Amino acid sequence: MNLNLSFQIAKTHLLAKKRQTLVAMLGVTFGIAMFIVMISFMQGVNQFLEDSALDASPHVRIYNDVNTQRPSILDAVENGDNQVNIVHHQKPKQQLARIKNGLQMVSMIEQMPGVLGVSPEVSSQAFFNNGPIQISGVIAGIDYPRENRLYSLDSRIKTGSFKALLANPNGIVVGATLARKLNVKVGDKVSVTTPLGGNITLRVVGTFGFGIGTVDNIRCYTSISTVQEMLGKDASYITDIHIKMHDPLQAIAFGKNLSKQFNTYTEDWSTANQAILAGEKIRNVMTFVVSMTLLVVAGFGIYNIMNMNVINKLKDIAILKATGFGGKDVVAVFLLQAIIIGLAGGLLGLVIGFGISYLLSISPFETGDMISLKTFPVVFRAEYYVMGLAFGLITTVLAGYFPSKKASKIDPVAILRG
Amino acid sequence: MSNTVLQASHINKYFYEPEKFQVLDNVNFEVKKGEFLSIIGKSGCGKSTLLYILSTMDTDYEGNLEMNGSRLTGLSQDRLADFRNEHLGFVFQFHFLLAEFTVLQNVMLPAQKLGKYSTKEIEARAYEKLKLVNMEDYARKQSSKLSGGQQQRVAIARALINDPTIIMGDEPTGNLDKANSNLVFDIFRKISHENHQTIITVTHDPDFAKGGDRIIEMSDGKIVSGGR
Repeated sequence: MNLNLSFQIAKTHLLAKKRQTLVAMLGVTFGIAMFIVMISFMQGVNQFLEDSALDASPHVRIYNDVNTQRPSILDAVENGDNQVNIVHHQKPKQQLARIKNGLQMVSMIEQMPGVLGVSPEVSSQAFFNNGPIQISGVIAGIDYPRENRLYSLDSRIKTGSFKALLANPNGIVVGATLARKLNVKVGDKVSVTTPLGGNITLRVVGTFGFGIGTVDNIRCYTSISTVQEMLGKDASYITDIHIKMHDPLQAIAFGKNLSKQFNTYTEDWSTANQAILAGEKIRNVMTFVVSMTLLVVAGFGIYNIMNMNVINKLKDIAILKATGFGGKDVVAVFLLQAIIIGLAGGLLGLVIGFGISYLLSISPFETGDMISLKTFPVVFRAEYYVMGLAFGLITTVLAGYFPSKKASKIDPVAILRG
Repeated sequence: MSNTVLQASHINKYFYEPEKFQVLDNVNFEVKKGEFLSIIGKSGCGKSTLLYILSTMDTDYEGNLEMNGSRLTGLSQDRLADFRNEHLGFVFQFHFLLAEFTVLQNVMLPAQKLGKYSTKEIEARAYEKLKLVNMEDYARKQSSKLSGGQQQRVAIARALINDPTIIMGDEPTGNLDKANSNLVFDIFRKISHENHQTIITVTHDPDFAKGGDRIIEMSDGKIVSGGR
């Protein structure tokens, strides 16, 4: 078999029917370009959602779960197989949401390897009073430098600043949507009531937006001591410890270890964001299904064109066979045509796919409060391009193989006799 | 015996569509080196069928076929293709050049497939063969732009490119006018007498047949005269 010669014949065939070749090529081009755009965009969206979820939530959160399901005292004292204890409507016992020795835990965890930052928080349900209207929300007392390290708070600020919390112990930074509902701006006062009835008036020193509705809508930050005072607790009262790791994937195991070590409840980001992770999986599947469909359609296009090509070239095939070209040579001639179409169309598809992805990545995308998104999220990764080209080639080779095989089986006698 | 280039013995062939029908009935003959042989007979007598069996392209027959001292019956398609490439040349009724290639490329292709010479040598040889059929001026032309007679002459040049032992023609002049027929005949004549290449043609043209060394006449799948 002489590949060079087969290639020469394939090239002549392709160049002789330029328009047909181009149409076949454009099928592949379109398929692969769409594959690249789809996967880059979808992965961009995934990345963005994951990032925003991870940004706004801790990798590991330590808290004290207030459990209302406790065994009754009767069960503890009088138990046996031959009796039934009935306690009607047991109330939960007075229990503090505090983490015992929270501040010591913070300094211990800070020393552990792989930890990016640890931030203690005191958070509480609260009512924000705006005239006669009360809006419920969450007020979180934070240690600003630590919390800033975890969530880069400074970049989320919309008006005012977080730093003012350090200078002004009665300052509060309000979520952007909540601030709009309360109709407050920097410098205005807001009255906060705790569930236990404590009331305090704070001055708005800033507004922030994470781009996540459930945060911007209900959350406020102030200093730890302010919340402790509001709740009437001492300076060691901590309800949450937020931990960020260098590698988010380590957080899952790390959280389990902490839970054992300190005998507390921990929650890692994958549990807290299961919906996002599930959505990511679904989007991945969807991307692949759509891309595969596009490529398969392109493949059928090539199959049709190659089939027609073989039928148009019956005479040529008969002559080639009569002059001593074997079945393998004929397969090579037509398969090479498919490969050339796949390769040229594929490469063009990569270029166009990159172009569209790039345009998408710079087109402005108005998201309202979503401050972290100014353009469509698109990721550029070499492996998508390699994958696209590989898929394109595989489809074209498969689509070209069957017509080529058919061509090689053609009986020259039937054609030459007329 | 060394003089014999082709020996066909007890060739039987059946068509199965639409019903079983014996096309060739115990055909025996041999051809000597340098012989100009014509096979004649009425339409449907099986002469074309016989030629395609001799050409090795049709392998569905009974009997034994030997060429150049080697037995061809039962060889694989690929081995037969290689044999055709090296030892056989074909000229068909409907010229059959590859339309998208130039005249020169058409002539060169079988030699490139054989791969015995470098591309440069093949090109030189192709020019030589084209000169033999007086077509060297058209070497760079697209073959689809030529007239029928010109295409047939190029096809002969192509058949000659690998210096085959045997050149086979299926009504090589069937589609040509008198002048072109004579041209083709003269070329065949020259090849067989000067180069001592064997020529086997199937023809309807009595003048063409008479000009050759021997005529085999067929009727109803049997050789009725000229067989040896």
